[in-house]
Amino acid sequence: MSHTLLHNVLIPFIKGLVTVVAVGLAAGVLTWIERRLLGRLQIRKGPNRVGPQGFFQWIADTIKLIFKEDIVPSRAEKALHLLGPLLLFTPAVVVLGLVPWGPELTLFGVTTPLHAAADLNVGLLLILAVSTIGVYGIILSGWASNSKYPLLGGLRSAAQLISYEVPMGLAVVSAILMSGSLSMVEIIEAQRKAGVWFVFPGLIAFFLYFVSGVAETNRTPFDLPEAESELVGGFHTEYSGFRWAVFFMSEYGNMISISAVATTLFFGGWLRPFPNVAWLSFLDVIPAFFWFSGKVFLFLLVYIWFRATFPRYRFDQLMALGWKTLIPISLGNLALVAIAVLWGAAGLKVLGAVLVLLVAAGFFAVWRRPARPRSSTTMASSNVEVRA
Amino acid sequence: MEPALFFFWAFAAVTVVGAVGVVVMRQPIHSALFLLMSFLGVACLYVLASAELVAAVQVLVYAGGIMILFLYTIMFVNVRRQRTERYLHLQAVPALGFGFLFLLVVGGVVVNEARSLAAKVPAADPKALATTVVDGVTVLGNTQAVGWMLYRDYFLPFEIASVFLLVAMIGAVVLGKRTMERFD
Repeated sequence: MSHTLLHNVLIPFIKGLVTVVAVGLAAGVLTWIERRLLGRLQIRKGPNRVGPQGFFQWIADTIKLIFKEDIVPSRAEKALHLLGPLLLFTPAVVVLGLVPWGPELTLFGVTTPLHAAADLNVGLLLILAVSTIGVYGIILSGWASNSKYPLLGGLRSAAQLISYEVPMGLAVVSAILMSGSLSMVEIIEAQRKAGVWFVFPGLIAFFLYFVSGVAETNRTPFDLPEAESELVGGFHTEYSGFRWAVFFMSEYGNMISISAVATTLFFGGWLRPFPNVAWLSFLDVIPAFFWFSGKVFLFLLVYIWFRATFPRYRFDQLMALGWKTLIPISLGNLALVAIAVLWGAAGLKVLGAVLVLLVAAGFFAVWRRPARPRSSTTMASSNVEVRA
Repeated sequence: MEPALFFFWAFAAVTVVGAVGVVVMRQPIHSALFLLMSFLGVACLYVLASAELVAAVQVLVYAGGIMILFLYTIMFVNVRRQRTERYLHLQAVPALGFGFLFLLVVGGVVVNEARSLAAKVPAADPKALATTVVDGVTVLGNTQAVGWMLYRDYFLPFEIASVFLLVAMIGAVVLGKRTMERFD
């Protein structure tokens, strides 16, 4: 087989196929993990009947969804109604293709970098650009259903995604400032060179990125586009069967890609912890790919933890949080990081140390504060009149 | 056919079909989607021209920002055009005529210019286009080159343009405020 055909056609095709299949499988397994974990967090059991620990539940659900009737409302815009879920799913997969999952892989004597698409020198920018395309899926399926609740869900998501893209972009910019590159591979290499994961100097940026990421993926506490208590099912109310499952898969795909980008930008990608400390080199026993996936998996668990912890925001609160809190913080953080970068090699470490100390001090202050006596303050907050 | 040439024609077709669709469609939301398709086609053409920064920015700004606001507005007023409305209006014939004239003039200039350039300048090497030499330092890709140009050579024009944008933004806010006060 000729070299061009192998490296320009066959290998990219296989990698793309693996990415798509992996997203589908991961989404399935994640639903099981999420339901079991939510059960634990809410002191109930969760699905535990099908297979060991209920593991085959997701397979059973998938089979059910595939064989369910695919209903298209009679007054819907047919073509756009069909296009909606695909427009949401495709960007999620494409973004995962642009993230490097490891340095290089040699299989059957062929060596290839471990990301599906090429390592572009504008990789990060392209990831931001492609992930915005997913909004069209939500907006279109909301509009094409020709029904009021999906339309409201689509409108909400358009406003929400536009708003939270700004703090997200600004958080990403501070990671770019620290690494001096837009290429995903070079950002990871820059963290190896700096000797510090960017999460320490970029603690605020990481916080902003992850919060905006939760908003961008429509997860609790920002799941207003599909708020079931107000909008039935939001933008996917009128979908059923496998088309609905595609929405589900894209939600998990987007969660994975947000986690993967967060891992790359702030947690050293495939690098082991403390990549410059020599005596920790026994950690290299675990291959780079597993370091990366492990970090991504931890973020996914945080997503589920969020869901069990926080109540949903109201829409005006959501907008106020985005525009009046996150954007000003992200601008201030950008200035802070820029000063640290200008300072030179030590700047990032000093900023990281200061931020970590501040956070530790904050935790300490909260921990040391004496527990409030059970008096009128706690009762008043739950709107119960206890005046004597 | 060379792969690059094949992709050029494919993306050019996508762009043109999208542009025609914007004008021909009845539903505003369909027009908006065809505009999106055209934007994405143009972005792909930028990639073929080794201008991947411009391509990414094109998708990010036009497809990711501006078009979503378009759709948002269309959905808010929820315009669904009726079938009884007239498809062609009186302006169709003169518009076609002027459009054709415009195509002749602009197309003529572009083709002429391209011919004379092709005679003068040797064909560009894609590999050479992907690297740029800035101040004696070879940088990979055009992100750094564009940044260098924008923030050093053309710093003043860039700042003036951003002040203009700010003025426009404040103007929009003032206009919006005035309408809101009228409703109060």
